Amino acid sequence: MTLQLLLFIVLALVAIASALGMLISRNAIYSALFLVLNFATVAVFFLLLNAPFIAVAQVSVYTGAIMVLFLFVIMLLGAERAGPIQTIQWQRPLAIILAVILLLEGGYILLGQRGVVPMVTAQLPEGFGSPAQVGTDLFSKYILPFEITSVLLLVAMIGAIVLTKSEKK
Amino acid sequence: MLPVYYYLGLAIILFTLGALGVLIRRNAIVVFMSIELMLNAANLAFVAYARYWQSMDGQIFVFFIMTVAAAEVAIGLALIVTIFRTKASIDVDQISTLKG
Repeated sequence: MTLQLLLFIVLALVAIASALGMLISRNAIYSALFLVLNFATVAVFFLLLNAPFIAVAQVSVYTGAIMVLFLFVIMLLGAERAGPIQTIQWQRPLAIILAVILLLEGGYILLGQRGVVPMVTAQLPEGFGSPAQVGTDLFSKYILPFEITSVLLLVAMIGAIVLTKSEKK
Repeated sequence: MLPVYYYLGLAIILFTLGALGVLIRRNAIVVFMSIELMLNAANLAFVAYARYWQSMDGQIFVFFIMTVAAAEVAIGLALIVTIFRTKASIDVDQISTLKG
């Protein structure tokens, strides 16, 4: 229990610090690498929550495919440097105030729901979160959404090709 | 096992940081990364509740969220590349004309 709490606190600090680093760093490549670190720590949280298959998918899909795509586009455009400072003056303080309000609302709801969420149980059903269980659910109970995601991915692929196709007249 | 509040609190903090990033950053790619951070915070909340209700449904939803995130990144980055070709900038303050 205490070991797990220690692990959680250290990883949570790493996750929050990397998210802050993504926000603060001026160079977009550093932002992308901070986000990779954040996704990796969240993958460890998935492991702690008995979701090994999702943790592996997180590493391969998010920190692998998506972030490589981000880095590729940043380097392709050469747009890693921030532009000249000519932001709207009141925007940044207002954004920080609104974010603090959002955080307080979330904390208030979290504290208000203390008695509602389920109790902690150590034992789990057999094979919880295993790839076999995930596959069984995905192909039986959620077969229709699964098929719809294939259409969604096809549309995204066609859309990306059409958008970046150079126009020849 | 730790109480579910710990994970939910972390998810709230990460979501807030993502929303803050969307609001204060002007580089369109970093704005996209902040959206990914928000989606990931939602994933963390889903998996935490799946563990505590001992139900696989939350974990299955995470896969769908990942799919939507991947599609969104593909389309969004294609849009950014196209905008960069015409305006030579990805600063979201500059993209205010809606003209080609």
